[in-house]
Amino acid sequence: MSEQDTIVAEDAGRDVYDELPDAPPKSRLRLSWVGKVSAAVVALWIFLALFGPWIAPYHEAFFIEEDAAGNYFDDPSFMLPDASVSAYLGTDYLGRDVLSRIIWGARTTIGISFAATLLAYFVGITLGIAAAVAGRLTDAVLSRIVDAILAFPNIMLGLIIIAAFGSSIPLLIGLAGLVYAASVFRIARALGQDIMVQDFVEAARARGEGLWWIITREILPNAAMPLATDFGLRLVFVILFISSLSFLGLGVQPPISDWGSMVRENMQGLGNGLSGGALASITPAIAIATLTIAINLIVDDISAHAGGSLAKKMV
Amino acid sequence: MMWNMVLRRIGVGIVLLWVVSVLIFALTQILPGDAAQIRLGQQATPESLAALRKDLGLDKPWYIQYVTWIGNLITGDLGISNAGGATISSLIGNRIGNTVFMTAIVTLIAVPLSVVLGLLAAMYPGRLLDRIITSGTLGLIAVPDFFVAIFLILFLAVQLGLVPAVSYLSGTESFWKSIYVLALPIGTLVIVVSAQMIRMTRAGILNVMSSPYIEMAILKGVPRKRIILRHALFNAIGPIVNVIALNLAYLVSGVVVIETIFAYPGLAKLMVDGVQTRDIPLVQACGMIFCSTYVVLILIADIASIMSNPRLRHPK
Repeated sequence: MSEQDTIVAEDAGRDVYDELPDAPPKSRLRLSWVGKVSAAVVALWIFLALFGPWIAPYHEAFFIEEDAAGNYFDDPSFMLPDASVSAYLGTDYLGRDVLSRIIWGARTTIGISFAATLLAYFVGITLGIAAAVAGRLTDAVLSRIVDAILAFPNIMLGLIIIAAFGSSIPLLIGLAGLVYAASVFRIARALGQDIMVQDFVEAARARGEGLWWIITREILPNAAMPLATDFGLRLVFVILFISSLSFLGLGVQPPISDWGSMVRENMQGLGNGLSGGALASITPAIAIATLTIAINLIVDDISAHAGGSLAKKMV
Repeated sequence: MMWNMVLRRIGVGIVLLWVVSVLIFALTQILPGDAAQIRLGQQATPESLAALRKDLGLDKPWYIQYVTWIGNLITGDLGISNAGGATISSLIGNRIGNTVFMTAIVTLIAVPLSVVLGLLAAMYPGRLLDRIITSGTLGLIAVPDFFVAIFLILFLAVQLGLVPAVSYLSGTESFWKSIYVLALPIGTLVIVVSAQMIRMTRAGILNVMSSPYIEMAILKGVPRKRIILRHALFNAIGPIVNVIALNLAYLVSGVVVIETIFAYPGLAKLMVDGVQTRDIPLVQACGMIFCSTYVVLILIADIASIMSNPRLRHPK
């Protein structure tokens, strides 16, 4: 058999393998141009979240037009981009640079949301897999607790807990982490149960592999791809949740800048129109939208790439 | 068999309502200081505190307090607000009608709109109209509710001056005048709620379209429009009703943000104000109303999908 024949045979084998319903996703991820643009947008925001304080022209709490604080909405011209102070997006209701606050805010908004999503994933996957592999009692207890959390609309749970304990950044992370851990639990449990009844798990058990080996070598690798794609969607939900709370004035507290609270603080400026102070409120809203839409488009691209079967598993 | 399932689902719903009420009640037990302390302030003498506690029943064990609380809640006696000392039932009574009015109008517009747009998108999958509808709704789902609201305010109210930006009702307006005043919050909610409903209606119909009897109809040469309207739509009604009830449940959350933006004197605004002043009895009462509405709507969604699915009617 010549060398060329072997290659052909290998290729043919790979094609057959790829067409199997449970073929693993192709290792090389090709994004469409929409996906590439979205990835660039997300990368830009991550870069600003990491290095923003060194890039932003001013500090988030610096008043570039201190003497005029309080007069901003009476005189629309105050909020216009002013060449003399180089505030490219104008100033906010207290005379702070909007651009700088958006750059600083990337750190708060993305940081809190990312930490909360990580927490939700850690708790949700641990308990979800535990419910899938442990006995019926553990499963029943955990599932009922999750049902109770999901019986509350997310924002209601947020309002009630903040009413009781007040708002702080650790509380926001814990709150969003807890709320979304419930949905991650459901997905992880469903995936875990699906995988537990597969032949290869049975084979591993027959070989005498321990539970820990089965979880780390069989369940987690097989659940990784759907969970990773879901991470993006969950992150979007968390960003929307945290921004909504901040927008209601119940999230991140001043003077820390955060996109949701910036929209709220400057809403009065909307009344002056686009040529007046509306930019201070519109631009942070656009910042949120670019980030969440971009993440959504990347997730869409990846699940289309993986044959669309992932989308069905996501609840 | 089906009724057994429906009854069991209603039983689960009642248990969930009970759990929700216990968790909301538990708030008063976890927090330092009780209602008597909050009402009398720091300068209260131990004697007056003890007297008020006895008066409010706070000296009794927590389960007695819970039963009293839930009993009062059901009979409409919601206690006294910490701030101002007005009764909570009068505060809520003034607001709840406004919220019900707005959500009813939103439902009446959003449901037919979503079904029609979902149908149109499903009729011509992959064509321009479908692409516009699917990408538009995808974008709307990914942005916060207030994003839609502030853009509507900026363009419709400020730049064009078509509708008022603040939704203040004095209570004497005619029906059409109220609709005009509420145009922006209603418009925002319709857009936000419909986006999800359109996508799920489309998905529901396309799902039915892949079943064998539709393939049969296609092979017989039935025109696509007729297949969708006569064959697919009726079999997708179950999932669609389910989607509608679920989305009305999401409306519960949407209302919180929208009422705050437009300063609309509804129940959700009352609750957000209560959270800001940390008026726990008020937050508990509003929270109970919203959460029970949510649980009941989800219950209706589940019952609708049980009743519409012949396979669920006869479980193995």
